[in-house]
Amino acid sequence: MIDTPTVDWLALSPTIALLAAAGVALLSALLPAWMRKSVAAVAALVGFVVAAVLAGVLFDESSTSEVLLEGTMVRDQLAAMAQLILGVTGAAVVLASWGEQRRENHAEYYALLATAGAGMVFFVGAEDLMTLFLGLEWFSLCLYILVAIDSERETSLEAGLKYLIVGGFGSAVLLFGSALVYGATSELSFPAIGAADPSSDSFFYAGLAMILAGLAFKVSAAPFHMWTPDVYQGSPTSVTAFMAAATKTAALVVTLRVLVTAFPEQTDVWTIAVAVLAAISLVWGNLGALAQSDVKRLLAYSSISHAGFMLMAIAASSERGGEALLYYLVPYCAMSVGAFAVIAARERELQAPVTLDSLAGMGWERPYHGIALWIFMLGMAGFPLTGGMFGKLFVFSAAYDAGDWWLVLLGVAATAVSLGYYLNVVRRLYMSSGAELRLAPAGGSPPRDPALSVAIGAAVVVTVGSFFVVQPILDAASDAAASLPF
Amino acid sequence: MWTTALILLPLVGALVVAILPLPRESTAGLALLVALAEIALWVAALGRFDFDDGGLQLGTSREWVESLGISYSVGFYGFSLWLVGATAVVFAAAIGYAMWVGRDRSRAYHALMLFLLGAVVATFAAQDLLLFYVSFEAMLIPLYVLVGVWGGERRQAATVTFVLYTMAGSLLMLASVVAFGVTQGTFSLTESGTSDNVWIFLGFAIAFAVKAPLFPFHGWLPLAYRESPVEVAAVLSAIVSKTAIYGFLRIGIPKFPEPADDLSVLILVLACAGLVYGSLLAFRAPDLRGVIAYSSMAQMGLITIGVFAFDDLGLDGAILQSVAHALVSASMFLLVGMVERRCGTSDVDALGGMARGRPSLATVVLVAGMIALAVPGSATFAGEFLIMAGAYQQGWGYSVVVALGIVLAAMYTLRVISAILHVKPGRAVREEALDLRPGELALVLPMLLILLGLSLWPALVSESAFVAGTLSEILP
Repeated sequence: MIDTPTVDWLALSPTIALLAAAGVALLSALLPAWMRKSVAAVAALVGFVVAAVLAGVLFDESSTSEVLLEGTMVRDQLAAMAQLILGVTGAAVVLASWGEQRRENHAEYYALLATAGAGMVFFVGAEDLMTLFLGLEWFSLCLYILVAIDSERETSLEAGLKYLIVGGFGSAVLLFGSALVYGATSELSFPAIGAADPSSDSFFYAGLAMILAGLAFKVSAAPFHMWTPDVYQGSPTSVTAFMAAATKTAALVVTLRVLVTAFPEQTDVWTIAVAVLAAISLVWGNLGALAQSDVKRLLAYSSISHAGFMLMAIAASSERGGEALLYYLVPYCAMSVGAFAVIAARERELQAPVTLDSLAGMGWERPYHGIALWIFMLGMAGFPLTGGMFGKLFVFSAAYDAGDWWLVLLGVAATAVSLGYYLNVVRRLYMSSGAELRLAPAGGSPPRDPALSVAIGAAVVVTVGSFFVVQPILDAASDAAASLPF
Repeated sequence: MWTTALILLPLVGALVVAILPLPRESTAGLALLVALAEIALWVAALGRFDFDDGGLQLGTSREWVESLGISYSVGFYGFSLWLVGATAVVFAAAIGYAMWVGRDRSRAYHALMLFLLGAVVATFAAQDLLLFYVSFEAMLIPLYVLVGVWGGERRQAATVTFVLYTMAGSLLMLASVVAFGVTQGTFSLTESGTSDNVWIFLGFAIAFAVKAPLFPFHGWLPLAYRESPVEVAAVLSAIVSKTAIYGFLRIGIPKFPEPADDLSVLILVLACAGLVYGSLLAFRAPDLRGVIAYSSMAQMGLITIGVFAFDDLGLDGAILQSVAHALVSASMFLLVGMVERRCGTSDVDALGGMARGRPSLATVVLVAGMIALAVPGSATFAGEFLIMAGAYQQGWGYSVVVALGIVLAAMYTLRVISAILHVKPGRAVREEALDLRPGELALVLPMLLILLGLSLWPALVSESAFVAGTLSEILP
């Protein structure tokens, strides 16, 4: 008899739900052409929603963290909250993808989306270096294909290739780092690595640096962000939305977990490294965004700067920091998905890439999308009446508490710079007339897309709602942060 | 409850105006109705306010973010209640003016105006540092669009400079809010203690100095006041600038007594410089809007002198002057707008001689001008006198500067009056340009009547703005 490990099926249920949805979506390729898309999309939607619900149940039932599968995975509230965010984000992305004018590949698209979601949901529960790498590759491989799925568009293929090469490099760095850490400690599981004391081993520090760098690729923190603008611009817009929100969420949560559980003795080393990453991302992301005319590219740089803000929270290395990170993720994901959804709608209407010029007058002509994009831009800039403000406030308080006052000042300066481009979008929406539009609109009223409107509406509700209903989200975030051994 | 109602009424009104698909006139009428209801609500609140009690009144407090000690907590002191009263009146006049000229995209316009009203009232009522920051920032959202969409030709440049200046200030304030709140463990203004950190104080002081604006943070002022729709310029100079005064009175001085005292000389000197420099610029400005814009900067310098006099005379004067200046400046801006509509320009060179055959215009401009130049017996004179007397405690030099400011105010105001009414008819003044219409009179006259009332009885405001209890909370 071989001993089989006991399996906590509930802990794995979000992953399983998404994999099942992916299977159904993939099988829909066998159906007649007219029902392929709806079956695949509904399957993916149901998968994400079920995963989110299961994650909610898990959050409720996991007040103490437990390791599963021989210590390779962990069931705790941090993972459950991240899974909840990922599930809801994925569902919104499915809704935003519905109107995508794609001739074929529907089944593959939704199947890959659900599989990528399953990979992320798995990734955030990783508790050793093997599952860490497995999860990372799992969702990355799906994303490589998703980025290039519109194979008739050259930019999509180009983005896919870039992402594959740079992402592959990032994964290799992470893997090499893991090998070094394993070499120094002979341990794979995070707590065991944390308990070992290899402080004198310089390979151990090299491994830590490489793991951090590998994760920074996925977070798209500068200086590991080079792929971000090109890939965000070239990918189908709904995929960009998924990457901006979900990939970042997963990668940031795992970064926090790895650093806190596996490297508690080296805190003074990695807090400095993360603070420096945050600082570079803030500077580079904001300055880069100022120079962009393509809106997707602009949002790509903005996502780099948001990575900087969230890394500030990790650099605080405190329960307050973890709380700030998890709170920040909620409005951030809503704003990102919402903004990209509005861009997707505009793109479908104009049949051309959306530049700042082609937003001219949109606020008046398409009031719903205009107001929504206005709210998302204000939220990203950290204005009041959006959760973005509290996100920044909590991150700043955590950083101030940790003594990083210089980072707070840098964050404030970065926010000031970011107004330059966020308000520029608002200016185009409302203060330029549609007559200035250099591209002729496709004509008539835009194609109706109720699914997309639902996604945008939900994003607005979360963005604004997270401003008014702060305490419950913060409570959840602090429970989640408490599952890590700060 | 009353305070919350005063905040919520315009916000709900904004939502209704934005959503209801009414034609232009009805939308504007509905907005005006909301603004008038706000005045009525304020009068009712005034009736319930006990001016003998120096503490916080009509307030509500509710937890918002418990773990950080952030709460939705609002309420009024005597001085803030008077500021809110001026706000309600000026907004009603501004919205009435917008209705009179028929601003296009009426639903968006009036929704933004009402939203701005709600944000301003919330700023004056905030008793929580974060709530104050939120409302202070929220004012910027409608202002940005109001100037940027409905403004004059160079509106985009105006919005950019305005937003850059104010946000630079506000973000420094955010850093200070975080630093103060985290060290105190609570954001509540009623519960938190004091701090002696000069840097945190500076973050607040710069934000307020930009908003007011005080010399040398006034770079955004000329463009914003010239390019805004005239009623928005009225609101900016009359009301939005006063949020800075409230900030100094409620946060800057009571929470940072030592830094405020240490830096008071610097602030007083800057305020004096602003008073004189603004007055001179007003005297030299080539257009009416420029005159009123710079005079507003000078008046804000004057009010700041009153605040940093640190004694009851100066403070009483500062509040009386804030209320009076709000009404005068709003009346003057609306009058300039009416002249602009007739002549198509506000260039001093192109105007003149409008008194002949236009008795209402002549009378109203003259009365508003007389009050603006602080003729003895007017409410503004009472305010400036109190400030002068208060500033004497800090040093006689400040009183001399205030007196100089009063003389300069007479110079530039008389220049405005004669530029519009006297000399020979300017090239932009056509013979058939009408006298003020009854609708226009109905916008300006109420404000002038209130000013005349305050001139008869300035003690109504100055004696009740701060009573003993409030003063002990505010004065270092």
